[in-house]
Amino acid sequence: MSQTLSPTVLLAIPLAPLAGALLAGVLGTRLGGNWIGRRTTHSLAILGVLVSFILSAMTLHSVVTEGARFNQTIYQWMTVGTLQMEIGFLVDGLTAMMMCVVTFVSLMVHIYTIGYMHEDEGYNRFFAYISLFTFSMLMLVMSNNLLQLFFGWEAVGLVSYLLIGFWFNKPTAIFANMKAFLVNRVGDFGFILGIGLIAAFTGSLNYTEVFAQTQALVPLTLPGTSWSLLTVICICLFIGAMGKSAQFPLHVWLPDSMEGPTPISALIHAATMVTAGIFMVSRMSPFFELSDTALNLVLVVGAITALFMGFLGIIQNDIKRVVAYSTLSQLGYMTVALGASAYSVALFHLMTHAFFKALLFLGAGSVIMGMHHNQDIRWMGGVRKYMPITWITSLLGSLALIGTPLFSGFYSKDSIIEAVHFSSLPGAGFAHFAVLAGVFVTAFYSFRMYFLVFHGAERYDQNPDSHHADHDGHGHHGSHAPHESPWVVTLPLVLLAIPSVLIGYLTIEPLLFGDFLSDAIYVNADIHQAMRGLTEAFHGPLAMALHALTTLPFVLAVAGVAAAWYMYLVNPALPRAIGAALRPVVVVLENKYYFDWFNENVLARGARLLGTAFWQGGDRRLIDGFLVNGSWKTVAILASWVRRGQSGYLYHYALVMALGLFALLTVSLWHGPLALLLRASMAWLPFFGN
Amino acid sequence: MTVTLGHFLSLGAVLFALSIVGIFMNRRNLIVLLMAIELMLLAVNTNFVAFSHYLNDMNGQIFVFFILTVAAAEAAIGLAILVLLFRNKSSINVDELNTLKG
Repeated sequence: MSQTLSPTVLLAIPLAPLAGALLAGVLGTRLGGNWIGRRTTHSLAILGVLVSFILSAMTLHSVVTEGARFNQTIYQWMTVGTLQMEIGFLVDGLTAMMMCVVTFVSLMVHIYTIGYMHEDEGYNRFFAYISLFTFSMLMLVMSNNLLQLFFGWEAVGLVSYLLIGFWFNKPTAIFANMKAFLVNRVGDFGFILGIGLIAAFTGSLNYTEVFAQTQALVPLTLPGTSWSLLTVICICLFIGAMGKSAQFPLHVWLPDSMEGPTPISALIHAATMVTAGIFMVSRMSPFFELSDTALNLVLVVGAITALFMGFLGIIQNDIKRVVAYSTLSQLGYMTVALGASAYSVALFHLMTHAFFKALLFLGAGSVIMGMHHNQDIRWMGGVRKYMPITWITSLLGSLALIGTPLFSGFYSKDSIIEAVHFSSLPGAGFAHFAVLAGVFVTAFYSFRMYFLVFHGAERYDQNPDSHHADHDGHGHHGSHAPHESPWVVTLPLVLLAIPSVLIGYLTIEPLLFGDFLSDAIYVNADIHQAMRGLTEAFHGPLAMALHALTTLPFVLAVAGVAAAWYMYLVNPALPRAIGAALRPVVVVLENKYYFDWFNENVLARGARLLGTAFWQGGDRRLIDGFLVNGSWKTVAILASWVRRGQSGYLYHYALVMALGLFALLTVSLWHGPLALLLRASMAWLPFFGN
Repeated sequence: MTVTLGHFLSLGAVLFALSIVGIFMNRRNLIVLLMAIELMLLAVNTNFVAFSHYLNDMNGQIFVFFILTVAAAEAAIGLAILVLLFRNKSSINVDELNTLKG
């Protein structure tokens, strides 16, 4: 291992945003007496993230050019028995890539926030949160042990909670952040069980030490059962990933998280935090590779998410929710790739998706600003004339998302579809169908949104809610015409559009077929042949794009775009007719497959009923009624009986005392242990002699 | 006739029995009750002195001094309580003093 990476530099990468967060959060808010103003706050926060990004880029550079690696413990937190709890960094290709993606998107979002949150009272607080998020996410990806991974995992969850409920006066936002928090608890429970099993059976939390022992775990079963230990560990870890990466059926929190401000939807709920699950499964690939059962579960769950969440995107009218369901669907794609053992493809899609989805979200935010905080795409249209930069960048983002050849999303998504095709797991057939169908669905909802927002007739004067929107604090301009956003908003759009277009073409070869990720990811190539198949079929990025023009995914994507174009620009009556004809389907989709209904009415209500039963039966009856009140009542009843013996006359008490003394003495003289001694000692007395 | 230990013990027992009866049978006067208690202590003292003489052991008589001291203090406190009781209740009739109960 070459030691060209300095621990000081690596330490500075997460600590710079943390310093920014603390300065902004303490000095810039009421906590520190609003000591620094908005300009200083955002400068400090952006400086922290900028330092972090530059150092991350330098790290990536030395990882790529010099093959530099780092795996060292920085600080020992505590030792429990033989279990070491440490803070340390592991830097390899995977970490370096994640660090750059996180810090780059975070930097873009920081800059964008200056424009987007311009009129918000919580401006400084917002910067503190997103810088804190950057710190947490970096701790998560740079960790060299499971404990620190879990710390980062929970810390990003906390910041996500804080940011979804950023507008804490909004009841829907508070409901949404509580929901996100609770659903994530379910996932985290599985995750910590998985970590606990690993710690229990390997005696370590350090990745290197744990992975060295995977083979020894293969023959083991979970004590008391016949289940393979590795499968149980992998499923527990994957439940954690399902919570964080919003996989079916723990996906319900992500669409509601759109209650938060748009910049964090881009940063946390699209580009970085929700991909933590994908990152974690990839990091844990030495475990997952040994359990086909777990991989199959991953594959099927991913496939369900990829296809069925895409359907929901079709009927949404809120611009952010369309993008949110698209995120769910794309996370499903990544999970499918994980299940097919194509971890590097999943990470490749993670990276390209981070760029184009952050772009789409920020574009959506820009449109929302231009539309005076109207988010309903039914009341948009023709925006491209007023917001040219947003229009072009969003178009590029959408083209990347649907997988247009040469765009970044094409390379990653086509590789996923191919990888599933080569997979031999039992669920691969269904998954292959799901990801193929998902291509059409993705293209359809993406361009439905694109056409409704940027093309067609201008409908913003017909919005029945527009007068309410005026009260959001942004609408006092008199005119309802959209306006292009300031440069701090459009600059990040342009900077994100560049990698969204190019990064796939440039990086597919080193990422998927080179050795960039080879030491971070373990693939049991003899059994799981997806990567081998991909490598054999790959003849350079240009050839791949040209070949794709003749394949099914491209046809499906074009069909999706064409269908969207026909239904929403040429013949707008058609969607309504189809909706009326397929009314039951639309109702199911509008209710999101009744998952929220199920969660609220079965799980939440069931838990509340159970709680009420315990409260009424256990707490109020048994503990309060029987134990607490019961004991004093019993004592009171007994006392009322005993009290009758108390006359209050002194001579009664004295009599009882004297009689008692007499009785005790008599008993002890004749029967007690002292009796013999007493009798022997008094035998010579005339009174006692007998 | 010679006065034996038995006679002293009998005297002590008679005194003790009298004082017990004095406590129980007395219905009217709290002072009588205090006196009965004193008498009870004297009965015990008689026993102590008798055994002390009989066994040639001075400890018994030293004990008597202690008991007399304590009895004197007790009588002083008892009379003080009695005076206060009389001030509050205007009576020292034992039958009326039945508030010592829960």
